[in-house]
Amino acid sequence: MSKIGVFVCHCGENISATVDCARVAETSGKLDGVAYSVDYKYMCSDPGQSLIKSAIKEKGLTGVVVAACSPRMHEPTFRKACAEAGLNPYMCEMANLREHVSWVHEKGEATTEKAIDLVRILVEKVKYNQSLNAIKVPVTKTALVIGGGIAGIQASLDIANTGHKVILIEKDPSIGGHMSQLSETFPTLDCSQCILTPRMVEVAQHPNITLYSYAELESVEGFIGNFKVKIRRKSKSIDEKLCTGCGLCTTKCPVKKIPSEFNEGLGMRTAIYVPFPQAVPNKPVIDREHCTYYLKGKCRICEKVCPIQAIRFDQEDTIEEVEIGAIVLATGFSVKQPDFFPEYGYGKYPDVITGLQFERLASASGPTLGEIRRPSDGKVPQNIVFVACAGSRDEAKGIPYCSKICCMYIAKHAMLYQHKVHGGKSYVFYMDIRAGGKNYEEFVRRAIEEDGVNYVRGRVSRIYEKNGKLIVKGVDTLLGAMPVDIEADMVVLATAGVANSDAEALAQKLHVSYDAYKFFAEAHPKLKPVETNTAGIFLAGACQSPRDIPESVSMASGAAVKVACLFSQDELTRDPLIAVVNRMAPPVYSSCVGCFLCVSACPYQAIEKEEIKNRAGEVIKTLARVNPGLCQGCGTCVAFCRTKSIDLQGYTHEQMYTEVMALLNEY
Amino acid sequence: MTLGFYPGCSLKGSSREYAESVLAVAKAFDITIEEIKDWNCCGATAAHNMNRELSFALPARILSLAEKQGLTEVVVPCAACYSRLTVTQYELAKDKELKDRISEVNGMEYKGSVTILNIIQMLDKYITPKLEGKVVKPFDHKVACYYGCLLVRPHEILKFDREEDPQSMDEVMLKAGATPIDWAFKTECCGAGLSISRTPSVGKLSGMIVGDAKDRGAEAIIVACPMCHSNLDMRRKEINKYLGEKVDIPVLYITQALGLAVGLDRKELGLNRHFVKVTV
Amino acid sequence: MSSDNHHSALTELGAELLEQSDVKVTRCYQCGKCTAGCPLAGEMDYPPSLVMRMLQTGRPELEEKVLRSFTIWVCLTCEMCFARCPMSIDIPKMMDQLRQKSLLEKKTNRKAKEIIAFHKSFLDSIRYTGRLYEIGLLADYKTRTLKILDDMDLALPMMKRGKLGIFPEMIKDRSGMASIFRKTNKKHKD
Repeated sequence: MSKIGVFVCHCGENISATVDCARVAETSGKLDGVAYSVDYKYMCSDPGQSLIKSAIKEKGLTGVVVAACSPRMHEPTFRKACAEAGLNPYMCEMANLREHVSWVHEKGEATTEKAIDLVRILVEKVKYNQSLNAIKVPVTKTALVIGGGIAGIQASLDIANTGHKVILIEKDPSIGGHMSQLSETFPTLDCSQCILTPRMVEVAQHPNITLYSYAELESVEGFIGNFKVKIRRKSKSIDEKLCTGCGLCTTKCPVKKIPSEFNEGLGMRTAIYVPFPQAVPNKPVIDREHCTYYLKGKCRICEKVCPIQAIRFDQEDTIEEVEIGAIVLATGFSVKQPDFFPEYGYGKYPDVITGLQFERLASASGPTLGEIRRPSDGKVPQNIVFVACAGSRDEAKGIPYCSKICCMYIAKHAMLYQHKVHGGKSYVFYMDIRAGGKNYEEFVRRAIEEDGVNYVRGRVSRIYEKNGKLIVKGVDTLLGAMPVDIEADMVVLATAGVANSDAEALAQKLHVSYDAYKFFAEAHPKLKPVETNTAGIFLAGACQSPRDIPESVSMASGAAVKVACLFSQDELTRDPLIAVVNRMAPPVYSSCVGCFLCVSACPYQAIEKEEIKNRAGEVIKTLARVNPGLCQGCGTCVAFCRTKSIDLQGYTHEQMYTEVMALLNEY
Repeated sequence: MTLGFYPGCSLKGSSREYAESVLAVAKAFDITIEEIKDWNCCGATAAHNMNRELSFALPARILSLAEKQGLTEVVVPCAACYSRLTVTQYELAKDKELKDRISEVNGMEYKGSVTILNIIQMLDKYITPKLEGKVVKPFDHKVACYYGCLLVRPHEILKFDREEDPQSMDEVMLKAGATPIDWAFKTECCGAGLSISRTPSVGKLSGMIVGDAKDRGAEAIIVACPMCHSNLDMRRKEINKYLGEKVDIPVLYITQALGLAVGLDRKELGLNRHFVKVTV
Repeated sequence: MSSDNHHSALTELGAELLEQSDVKVTRCYQCGKCTAGCPLAGEMDYPPSLVMRMLQTGRPELEEKVLRSFTIWVCLTCEMCFARCPMSIDIPKMMDQLRQKSLLEKKTNRKAKEIIAFHKSFLDSIRYTGRLYEIGLLADYKTRTLKILDDMDLALPMMKRGKLGIFPEMIKDRSGMASIFRKTNKKHKD
């Protein structure tokens, strides 16, 4: 005979303002099999939990129903309390009287009736609950960090410094990411490379970090603590161990007119190249799409000049297989190119550039050695216009969100321009100045008040070229919406920050959720900002949404701590709410007929075939078997099974049927 | 083959050379043009400014007549009429109540089954594919193709070409042997409906268009709308006043330029009717 | 809990614009791109983005100013604002509706007299003949505005070039045309 306890929570006034909690407790107490019922203001508080624990001990409860909030937050709390009182934690269930009742209904009789119904069906369910034991799995204490920008670098160093191994993969020939392209950084104007390159070198030299540059994720299998990862190491066409990075090959390569990715197309590079002088690793790769040898079968000049014969034209991609316990995604973001803006000329005016291109012009290591010269003719622009929200906050272009970093970098750009071009005039067309952050607002004020940047509140409608000038048709909405036309020598678009073009494919490879704009989704917007919905995979930096350097670094350290927490355990426990194929006594063994529809239905490849053999070792039956380490308890196989041979522990057919019947039956 | 034809009022009056050149080109390519019988004015700007229902009823009547006549495709050379007809078709397809109401107002069944072609779509579909070998006198001039407003906007409804820097007219002219120039006023408004009531505004708006074409070395401006043509051609006095100089770049309908390229007679194409003498 | 509907923040005019033009004034975030690209913003008493702001306030005196504005009449419906609006607000459609409301409520701006006269002459011309009779239109417009001498220098060369038909083109179903005008006519008889 069941002895069930019902504990009704007021949740302050969240529930009790609309539901008559005392009546819920009183009515529940009269249900068949209920031995004890009570209502209390905060059941999750210490005294609330004590109430449950002492009732279990004193009344010898066999099951517990807590009627309170959503189980998402507090189910673990109450199950732990039950366990501490000696009751199997899976004998505890929660009825959601807050999200399902009080928050969505008006106060009244029917509302309280609904609350009673919800309690009643769980009382019936608990009668069929069975004691379950948590599943334990081992942990591989090596982390994979994908992406070698500032977020990936920070996460790698932090994890490595806790004593764990890290494999960092970067798709480009060098780590450094967008930060290595920047000139100065806001709000302090310190040189981006000066603060970044020491970190890059640290990564390369750290005994716990294995760096694979020019490498991409091929595939991932497994689950938290136990991922099996394949990494494609793209052929660099050189022997990395031999190469000393002397750079002779790059100076002799005859293909010199390839737009440099690092310089955002404003400078050129050779076919065998190192992206920038401070690259890590500082060894070249051959870009096979442009190399004359790969295109025409002739040349091989680099091979001839290499003093140590390190060139390997026949080198192939290799696949590295590694065992990984946790993954940090730090793949960053991209910016929209000027051809995304038809009204600004579809990218046909060379002097309409992106913010990232301006960074290269302003950078001492850039194509103009830090002088602001326009791309078309190398002249110093005397009038420059910065256009904020180029693509961002533009629903019609499919980017309704704010890219967040632009307001600050525009202020920085305009400031750098004023510092470098004395007597030059700069204009910023903006809608709002979003300068939330330590010393950010002060920085923008400095640009306006001390450096004389002209901020005009309004959006630019069109840019066209006339007699060598770029005509910028804007508006000043603070002057009663007065049209403002500016003849500019150069225009910088603060182009929207967007997800990488391959973000969706990567997310699908990793079973990580992503939002409508293909940014990776965090598990909870407030309380789990660096976790994903897939256990063991964490997020750092702008792959989750556009963010600046300090935020990316903090997020990376946060993700690193999550990895360290995981690695601090030798084994993991998981809820045993997984699918199980029934087993019976021989000669039936199971009602499973071996159709294996479940195998194809399972999204986690968690179902295997199991052969039943007789004493002679002959196979007499083949059954489905669920691997408890892989099963995520989604229940898809249960719905697919024609013979109802699979059950989800904690949500069995019997339990579900009982719940429905309890609701249908009069009491 | 036979193609339905809605000339609209301008093509019967102040822009009759547009109609003449459309018919001449069609004839040269063996296309039989069948005018919608007893057609009425589409209502133009006046109707949609003053009376929403009327602005749908008038074009709907035209489309109903075309349906009754058994026409499946109708070419509408005037960009303004094209816009009004297409917008009406779009709105009535979206809103059944409005469609029923308009059918009742007109006392005519409206199905919405007619395909409406603007002049470029008609050329692209029936003329340019057959152009090779027929260009006997290539229109060997630098031309500024001027699209104006109503041929390309709003894109959500018209779904023709692209709103900024469209290319379809340039491509037709390229095939006729011309060199289309890259310029900045392809889709800026000429002042259209304000021609009579606010002539100075039109002088300024059209002046900027003609000025840019001139600055970039255009020898002719190519248009596909009678209102654009009237403003750029007949308002040249006001335009020159705005520009402060005498600019004599002629304005040709695209069918006139194409007609010249395939060797049609200048008079047949109505070139004698222009205010700015057509010297190209 | 209150059972207010979603549009409770809109005024009567705001709700009317939403209902008939799909324009929700609260969507405008005042970027001004419409004004920046408007070919006639310089001639308007309130540029388009300012009209949006006035409507957003929901203040009756500002709504009144919009209906009495010159803006709504000088707008050419060139569709540039709509084409570039980051929030896809159909300002031209809204302008049509504001014009008609302004007419119905007899609030038309005095400076718009010629523009409105032209539209009326235009519609009158097709009401009686089914098609536009250009000479008739000009004559009627001149009578309405007393601008007798304007554009006289155009008429003669136009005639010489065969661009002005002397007689009106008349459609056969003129009674049908008259009936369409009758049935769609709201109260705004001139």
